[in-house]
Amino acid sequence: MDKKILLRHLDVPNINQLEVYRQHDGFKAFEKVISSMKPAEVTAEVKSSGLRGRGGAGFPTGIKWNFLPNDSWPHYVVANADESEPGTFKDRELMESNPFQFLEGLMLASFAVQANLSYIYLRGEFWEIAHDLDQKIQDLEDVGLLGENILGSGYSLHLRTHLGAGAYICGEETALLESLEGKMGQPRLRPPFPAVEGLYGKPTLINNVETLANLPPILLNGADWYRGFGTEQSPGVKIFSLSGCINKPGNYELPLGVTYGELINTYGGGVPEGRTLKAVMSAGASSDIVVVDQYCLDTPLAYETCMDRLGAPLGSASVIVIDDSVNIAWLVAKTVNFFKHESCGKCTPCREGTFWMNSITSRMMRNEASAADIDLLKNVALQMQGKCLCALGEFSTMAVVTGIDRFRSDFEKHVRS
Amino acid sequence: MNKLLKKYPNEIEKILSRYPADQTRSAVMPLLFLAQREEGFVPSDTLADIAEITGISETDITSVLGFYTLFHEQPGGRYYIQICTDLPCALRGSEEYLETLCQKLGVKEGETTADGLFTVEAVKCLAACHRAPMFQLQGDGEIKYYEDQSVEKTLAVIEALREKAKQEAANG
Repeated sequence: MDKKILLRHLDVPNINQLEVYRQHDGFKAFEKVISSMKPAEVTAEVKSSGLRGRGGAGFPTGIKWNFLPNDSWPHYVVANADESEPGTFKDRELMESNPFQFLEGLMLASFAVQANLSYIYLRGEFWEIAHDLDQKIQDLEDVGLLGENILGSGYSLHLRTHLGAGAYICGEETALLESLEGKMGQPRLRPPFPAVEGLYGKPTLINNVETLANLPPILLNGADWYRGFGTEQSPGVKIFSLSGCINKPGNYELPLGVTYGELINTYGGGVPEGRTLKAVMSAGASSDIVVVDQYCLDTPLAYETCMDRLGAPLGSASVIVIDDSVNIAWLVAKTVNFFKHESCGKCTPCREGTFWMNSITSRMMRNEASAADIDLLKNVALQMQGKCLCALGEFSTMAVVTGIDRFRSDFEKHVRS
Repeated sequence: MNKLLKKYPNEIEKILSRYPADQTRSAVMPLLFLAQREEGFVPSDTLADIAEITGISETDITSVLGFYTLFHEQPGGRYYIQICTDLPCALRGSEEYLETLCQKLGVKEGETTADGLFTVEAVKCLAACHRAPMFQLQGDGEIKYYEDQSVEKTLAVIEALREKAKQEAANG
């Protein structure tokens, strides 16, 4: 691709400054939208672009916007900037390096659902980013792009940042809302869904940072233009975060549908010399562990193809690359320990399940486990599946089950026969 | 007497203005960060202050304090060196980095250096997987990232902070 659509700082130096961003089409979409479009037209355009949520679920963005009822007010928009999945570091780069595009996207989404107060929920560790965004919001208020009666349109909007304080679960949208309301970050029972009863019990739209950053170019250039990238069912571009055993880790903005092989070998420079590819996890620690063979390498990275061909969702496209130096039992012990630490404790299957899985994998890492522990571990994981309140518990089992099924001999090295 | 309010009247007003007037509970987390700013942990007597400002119970505030890892209930080092040892960072050597750093500082993971300045902790993912080993420095009311680290680089950061603390002590 000639020019970046999201990671535009790679093409335009200093695009994190308001003047520079405006010189490069910044806020043209927002100015066009608030002066000449109705909220429903904005939603329709986003819907026809086929944009899907970039936080991991891949739900169609325009359809999500339509869920907010028009007989209950006020509406809120919350940008989910809690990025905490191991292997994911894309929203951070967007907010650090191309922040105004993200803010413009949040402003466009706010206009589409007619919210007058929108929040950016950042993980507490993004302390520096939050302070920078506060300043950028002030810059926008100073030039009249935020505040009351923006540019004489009659539309008013205020943006506020809110810092979390270290809890992976707050990326789950109902836990995020609890946290924003000043409570422990524990997921809510659904329904009601946030679109109907969200922040302060009011209709609330929650979108990921990367999803929002896609909106200015879509509304400036049109849905058809956006559909020129990607696949039929997964239009557009995506930021792929590459980490793990890879020569060139980092964020790569590419059209959806690029293959695993291209991403890992062409862009990522392959695995370190002398090693061979063993496995990939496409959605961070929440992933299935996928065996790398030619079929995997030929698989296009799109929402439908990852699921159809590999049975493993694309998720947030945070690809952790694993080479043959890595023992999968060790890897699973790592992911299990993560989820055990991050389980919020609200529902029993997740709280107890992650605790006991961690006990077993810890035993394995101390080489004190017996052969029966492998099946016991898998059994605990299977007992959890389908029984947890939110996706965290379910996600904690993915690497366990696929790891044991596909790399059992790695586990056998850690148990007494 | 609300000591917190007396100490930071303008900041507290600013925090409360960020939320709808009838939703003061949302200010709990920013207020806990404020209460923690000076000493690096939340002194227990400020819980009543926060309860008064937000209109919710001390018990509710304590539950929030205990739930989130960036809030500290007990005194620790002035600075927390929080090293990510999650999967992607571990694949780039963060566990060895942590171990060596602890040896050089003469502490075990979770412990504080003898001068009381640094608590070294292993933490979960910090969204910096491509620039591991890395740590975040929490202290003096701020959180900063240090990425693409080696033990030598980190020791230089630590020495600079020790020097800063010495200067402050010398200047009273």
